[in-house]
Amino acid sequence: MIAREHIPRGTMILSTIIGLGLQFLPLPAVFDDIRPAFLVLTVIYWSVAVPRAGGIALGFFSGVAIDVFMGAVLGQYALATSLIAYLAIRQHLLVRNKPVFEQTLLVALALTIYEVVVWVIDGWSGHRMGGITRWLHVLTGAVVWPVVTAILGQTHSRR
Amino acid sequence: MAVLSSATSSYATQRGPAAGFRFTLYAVASVTLMFLDQRGGWLERARYGLAAIAYPLNLAINSPSAAVRWLQETFETRAELETENAQLRAKQRELEIRALRLAALERDNAELRGLKKALPPLIEKWLSGEVIRSESSSQRQRLLINRGATNGVFKSQAVLSNTGLVGQTLRVGPWTSEIILLTDPEHAVPVQVQRSGLRTIAVGAGEPSALLLPFLPIQSDIREGDVLVTSGLGGIFPAGYPVARVSEVKRDGNSVLAQVRATPLAGLDRDHEVMFVWFDERSPAAPVGDQGGPNTAGIMPQAVSAPGAPGAPGAPGAPGSAVAPGNAEPKR
Repeated sequence: MIAREHIPRGTMILSTIIGLGLQFLPLPAVFDDIRPAFLVLTVIYWSVAVPRAGGIALGFFSGVAIDVFMGAVLGQYALATSLIAYLAIRQHLLVRNKPVFEQTLLVALALTIYEVVVWVIDGWSGHRMGGITRWLHVLTGAVVWPVVTAILGQTHSRR
Repeated sequence: MAVLSSATSSYATQRGPAAGFRFTLYAVASVTLMFLDQRGGWLERARYGLAAIAYPLNLAINSPSAAVRWLQETFETRAELETENAQLRAKQRELEIRALRLAALERDNAELRGLKKALPPLIEKWLSGEVIRSESSSQRQRLLINRGATNGVFKSQAVLSNTGLVGQTLRVGPWTSEIILLTDPEHAVPVQVQRSGLRTIAVGAGEPSALLLPFLPIQSDIREGDVLVTSGLGGIFPAGYPVARVSEVKRDGNSVLAQVRATPLAGLDRDHEVMFVWFDERSPAAPVGDQGGPNTAGIMPQAVSAPGAPGAPGAPGAPGSAVAPGNAEPKR
């Protein structure tokens, strides 16, 4: 057994709940299309920074929470966030050691994959697939990533 | 750094297959959930429970804007309150006078129809609810309201405001219900032009203040300023309620269909309060089912057997009025 790193599980759960709150906080209508998916960013952060803390379960249950809040097909967002958590955990070393700018690009890629999954399931379940606006949060999410990672980085001791 | 990455990469390779295996499990779980949910049925029960769990979180999320509103209300000056009070009193007097006239009209109507007594009023009872959360993107136009199955709210119930139609309930939790607004791109409401009687369907445009009327031929009798009212088809909304005002009619020679936009009369993005309405099925204006638009067809409002007088709106948990979501026909 390798020496256990400290797992900030409480911080992780708290930040996930805050992420959920930020993602669904009532805001003026203008912001609804460009609001970053904060919960997904939180999942990416913890999967990269402390892959052991939540693992894919964090992605899955965060996704179920989005499903419930969005009133989506149960499992739609859960599948997308599980996939993102899995990819982030597999590639956590790659992402972790990159400068913030390159991380931003990778996060944009992850958010795109996430939105593709959701989009495909929307199509399959007979919902509106929508236009360009549903992809806007990929950009805004990538833009706020440095802030998210800086804030969450303060909450626990990194090795 | 090299030491760190070699140490952790062995950790990563050790984790690799396990992570892949676990991801497969979660993916299978997600897909199973989706299939079950699409089929409808017992997952509605699970959703009901999840809505209950989400309730405190929803309240917490809403608390900042609720606090701002509370502060605004608290620090309103006496003078403002007095003017508002005077306005409300004037409004009430006006409405009372109109109601007098209405009673006479109802008697006339009953006589013309050859009935012995007046028809039952259309609205059996109503219940006001407050907006907890609103969503307004191009994909979704929804509201979350702090009234649910324990208040007797049921799925596909009409929701009005004092200026017009708001939408219908989409999903009902124990203490909350999700409302799909008229302007949601997945919502359609059967309407009628008040002036000409022309029937059509109004579909949400995905903006808080626009509806589209995509099924009107260019020669149809519609123009700017026309008021659209519900036609009573579709089984959810009763006939004659104001929905929207036509804001733009474009007749393009290249197309057989006119491009018509309308503005909803209810302040969908401004109102903090909405009304859930129960209709008396015996009234001639009550909704009739099964001929309506693509999204509203086939869902009949459930008969709500309110045992007491209709004058008890907001009596929580009237027996027989709490409709479990499992009984309602799943829509999605």
